[in-house]
Amino acid sequence: MAGRTFAEKALARAAGVPDARAGDILDVTPDLMLSHDNSAAISQIFRETGAARVVYPERIAITLDHAAPAPTTRHAQNHAEIREWVRQQGIAHLFEVGRGICHQVIAEEGLILPGETVLGADSHTTHAGWLGAFGAGVGRTEMAALWATGQLWMRVPEAIRITLSGRLARGVTAKDVALHILAAMGTTAALYRSVEFAGDGLTGLSLDERPVLPNMMAEAGAKNAYLPPDDAVFAYLEPRRTRDYTPLYPDPDAEYAADYRFDLDSLAPQVALPEQPHHVRPVTDVIGQPVHQAFIGTCTNGRLDDLRAAAQVLRGRRVCCRLIVIPASAEVMLAAAREGILDTLISAGAAIGTPGCGPCMGNHMGIPAPGEVTISTGSRNFRGRMGTPDAPVYLASPYVVAASAIRGTITDPREVLA
Amino acid sequence: MKTEHRCWVYGDNVNTDVIFPGRYTYTLREPHEIATHALEDLDPDFAPNVRPGDVIVAGANWGCGSSREQAVTALKFAGVALIIASSFARIYFRNCVNQGLLPIIIPGLNTQLRTGDTLIWDREAGTISAQGVTYPIPPLPPSVQAILDAGGLLPMLQRRFRQGRP
Repeated sequence: MAGRTFAEKALARAAGVPDARAGDILDVTPDLMLSHDNSAAISQIFRETGAARVVYPERIAITLDHAAPAPTTRHAQNHAEIREWVRQQGIAHLFEVGRGICHQVIAEEGLILPGETVLGADSHTTHAGWLGAFGAGVGRTEMAALWATGQLWMRVPEAIRITLSGRLARGVTAKDVALHILAAMGTTAALYRSVEFAGDGLTGLSLDERPVLPNMMAEAGAKNAYLPPDDAVFAYLEPRRTRDYTPLYPDPDAEYAADYRFDLDSLAPQVALPEQPHHVRPVTDVIGQPVHQAFIGTCTNGRLDDLRAAAQVLRGRRVCCRLIVIPASAEVMLAAAREGILDTLISAGAAIGTPGCGPCMGNHMGIPAPGEVTISTGSRNFRGRMGTPDAPVYLASPYVVAASAIRGTITDPREVLA
Repeated sequence: MKTEHRCWVYGDNVNTDVIFPGRYTYTLREPHEIATHALEDLDPDFAPNVRPGDVIVAGANWGCGSSREQAVTALKFAGVALIIASSFARIYFRNCVNQGLLPIIIPGLNTQLRTGDTLIWDREAGTISAQGVTYPIPPLPPSVQAILDAGGLLPMLQRRFRQGRP
C-alpha cells in the first residue's frame, strides 16, 4: 500500500476519518475559517440561508485589510456592516484596520498551526502551507455555508512534489524561486493539486521568505501547497500558539502525479512581464524598462526580510520614481521601525502606507494612471489588476523593485548591491 | 430538451480580474449591477451585447486568480447559460456549481468556434454539439451534481435550514 501525501493526511484529519486517498470527497471541518472585507457580502448570503447563528464563532477570523483604511463611504459602510455582524454573532477574531493582511495576521496570532486546515474566502489561502497547514481558497457562498454548518465538501487532491536543492545567491530570494517555478510549470500543472515542497533548499530560506512559495502556487492553480515544518517554524509558533498541534509529513512512499526539481544555486533574479505571473524572464532581459511606480508590500512580499532587502538597496540613495511601501502587518511595521528600516526607506523617498493589501488589487493607496508602468512585489499582474486596464504591472522581488525605484527603470539589484 | 446557444469564444488563462474587476468587489453587491461589468477589461463588447442563453466557450484555466464569486455572478446575471472551457481554475469551478451555473470541460472546443457561432445543448443526452461534432458532457460526482440540481449551494442550504435541521 502506497504511503499518503500531506494533502491526504491533512484532509482525513480535518474530516475526522482514519484515511483518505486522492479523489475521495470528504466533508471537512476546518480549524479556521478566514475572510476579510468580503465578510459583509458573506453575512448577507448567510442570512439568506435561514441559519440563525454561526456554528463555530471561535474558529472564524476576519481581517479588514483589502480596502483599509476605508477609501470611500461605501467601503466604510462595508466595514461598519462587518463590525456589527461580528458583534451580533460573537465572532472571536476580528482584526481591525491596520493590523495587517489576513494570511500574515493568522500566522502571527497563532490561529493556524501545523497539520491544521484553514479554508479562506481568498485565493491566497494556500499561503498557510508555509506552516505545514492545509490552506485552500473557497468562494463567498461556501464561506457562508461554512459559517452556517461548520462543514464543506472537499475533493482530496492529487499531489505534485517540488524538490529544492542548493542555496540562493545574494540578492536572489524565494520570490525569484516562485516566479521561476511558475515559468517552468505553467499555469495548469498544479491545477486542483496539492503542491508539496521538499528538499534541503528549503532550510536555507528564512521564515519570512518561505510563505512566498505556497502563496504563489495559487498562481499555478494549486488547491493548497505545503512546506514541511521544521524547528524554525516550531520556535516561531511557540510564543504565539493557542493550542497544541501535531505536524503532518508526507510518507516517503507517497504517490505524486509529478516530480519537479529545481536547483537554487544558479538562479538569477526573475521578473514576470505584464498580464501573466508565469510570463517570466531573468531580470537581465528586461533591464532598462521604464517604471513610474514601485510597490513593495502584499501577502507575498510585505514581511520584515522584504523591507530589510529594500533598505539594503536604498540605504544612502534616493528613489527617482514613486516608491510605495506597505508592511504586511503592524507587527512587521513595528519591527521595521525599531530596526531603523523605516528611517532608511523614508529617507530614500519612500511613501509608507498602513499595513494591509494596499494597491495590489486596485482598491486604493497607489492606483496607477492609465499608461503608467508599475513594478510590484505582489503576486498578480493581470490586466486591470491595479485598478485600470492600461497600466502594465511587472512582478519581482523586493531587491529588484527597490533597485528599479532608484533608477526609474528595471534594474538588476546585484549591480546596486555590488 | 435541445436548445441552441450563441457562443462568446475566449482563449487560455482568462482571470477573474478581467471577468469582474477587483476595483468593484467591495462596493457592488446587486447581481444585475455586477453583470453590467462582466468581462469589462477583456471584451468591452460583451456586456452591452450579451443575450440571455448565450454561452462562454473558453480555453484552459478559465477563471484563474482571485476567488471572487462575482466573476460567476456577473456572467450568470448577464444571462450566460453555460460555461464551457478546456479546464477551469478550481475555485471558479466550485463557484459555478455553487451558483447553479453548469461548468463543462470540453478541451479545445474554443479553437473550433468563433464568437457568434452557435452550439446545441442536449440536456437529456448530456451532450454539446457544434460544427457537426457531438461532445459528451463529463459527469460530475453525485454530491456535486446534487448542488447543481438544487439550483446552487444557497438554495440547498435554504432547504436544509427551512426544514429545521441544524
